[in-house]
Amino acid sequence: MIAHSIFFYTFSIIAVISAIMVTVSKNTVHSVFFLILDFISISCLFIMIGAEFLGMIMLIVYVGAVAVLFLFVVMMLNVAQQKNQWFASEASSKHIPVGLIISTIIFFELIIVIGGWKYKPDLFDINNTTNNFSVSNTHSLGQVLYTDYIHVFQLSGMILLVAMIGAIVLTFRKREGVKKQSYLKQISRERSEGVEVLDVETNKGVKIDD
Amino acid sequence: MEYFNIVFLEVYKILFLLVPVLVSVAMIVWLDRRVWAFVQKRQGPNVVGPFGLLQSLADALKYIFKEIIIPSTSNKVIFILAPIVTMTLALISWAVIPFSATMVLADINVGILYLFAVSSLGVYGIIMGGWASNSKYPFLGAIRSAAQMVSYEVSIGVIIINVLLCVGSLNLNDIVEAQQNLWFIIPLFPMFVIFFISALAETNRPPFDLPEAEAELVAGYQTEYSGMMYAMFWLGEYANILLMCAMGAILFLGGWMSPIEIYPFTLVPGAIWLILKILLLFILFALVKAIVPRYRYDQLMRLGWKVFLPLSLTWVVLTSSYLFYFNLLPTN
Repeated sequence: MIAHSIFFYTFSIIAVISAIMVTVSKNTVHSVFFLILDFISISCLFIMIGAEFLGMIMLIVYVGAVAVLFLFVVMMLNVAQQKNQWFASEASSKHIPVGLIISTIIFFELIIVIGGWKYKPDLFDINNTTNNFSVSNTHSLGQVLYTDYIHVFQLSGMILLVAMIGAIVLTFRKREGVKKQSYLKQISRERSEGVEVLDVETNKGVKIDD
Repeated sequence: MEYFNIVFLEVYKILFLLVPVLVSVAMIVWLDRRVWAFVQKRQGPNVVGPFGLLQSLADALKYIFKEIIIPSTSNKVIFILAPIVTMTLALISWAVIPFSATMVLADINVGILYLFAVSSLGVYGIIMGGWASNSKYPFLGAIRSAAQMVSYEVSIGVIIINVLLCVGSLNLNDIVEAQQNLWFIIPLFPMFVIFFISALAETNRPPFDLPEAEAELVAGYQTEYSGMMYAMFWLGEYANILLMCAMGAILFLGGWMSPIEIYPFTLVPGAIWLILKILLLFILFALVKAIVPRYRYDQLMRLGWKVFLPLSLTWVVLTSSYLFYFNLLPTN
């Protein structure tokens, strides 16, 4: 049990500190790296409570895919521009109240969720769902997800699909002057079209590129 | 004291796994160069030690004694972290590889997901190295490599789903045992081919070595690295290649199972069979390096997204409908 709590506190302290560092660090790329550290320690916490499937999916989806895209975008930004401190600048002060309002709302939502969970345990039927330790976490998730909540599950999948298609539609546009190779054309090219054998006359040479 | 014993035992086990992996990585580099040379009718490294077997050790010694140069404009912390991340991630995934029914460091429920997750983290070492170098070629190499690895991971994930449909478990030992009667390479042969090619792309091997295409990008993300830090990138890369071979052997070639379940073959321990299968796949990797020219970048992306992803997704539908129709879905 001691080892368990040592691990728990290690991971949770790392998670909290890196979450703070995400917002505090001045270099945006460093923030993304702290975000990744945060994701990893949270997935470790998931594994510690026996939700190994969720932990691994967290690693694969968030760290392996989403954070890579974050890094991509952030690295494309101008590094010199990042040097000026956003916090101290004039422009940022207007955004601070908005951020404060949003974070207060999220804070109270979290309190409501945790409070509701604590004072009304019937709301969350433990016997019905994941508390069955005879099957693995993956099995129990699958049994709930693909039976009782199949419609919600499918719906969330559809929402993600629509979001993806929307992003593609927004960025896709016909561009002029883009060189494109046609694979069929390249493969079906014959030797007779590409190569020509010439007799080169002395002192005259051959004119290529016409 | 009890904790101390447990920790000691685990450290002992980890060393017993890691030291052979590191030694075999060194040997596999030699094998790679040898196979490459033989295809091109050369001798390859044959001077240091018998058959040149100690060549990799000599190279490693050379790297150790070279100076580590850190570019003055680089982001130093991330620059130093990058090879460490690559190396660590390449080594920790070996924890779940089963060498026999009992010879596995961590027999976890979600072994295959762990392998997949760790291999998808591998891209960070490269991005970090490329960005922290603060130089054009490494950055271009890193961006290329990140795009490439993310694209090919998708098709590898879908191929893993194919295998999992036939197994009904995420545990690697269960996956091996499900192939008792029939290796998955036979019913899922097209998936094996796609897995092999995706593994080449995922580990940045030729013909998909775009991130380090020396004709265009000097050495890609490794350009600014020198000495031991370069060697760590290089070790991590080969450990990853070995790991991909091990994954292929476990998913399609029956892992530690002997090919035929009759008397003289069953005497050979499972670890030997797994190593033989890994070597077979690795020699295929090395042959591909020797005989295929490098892909163009747009061809690479097209192959990943427009060919492999639809093909493997279709195969998922086929496999699941087949299993469902004939009532063969595994239930456990």
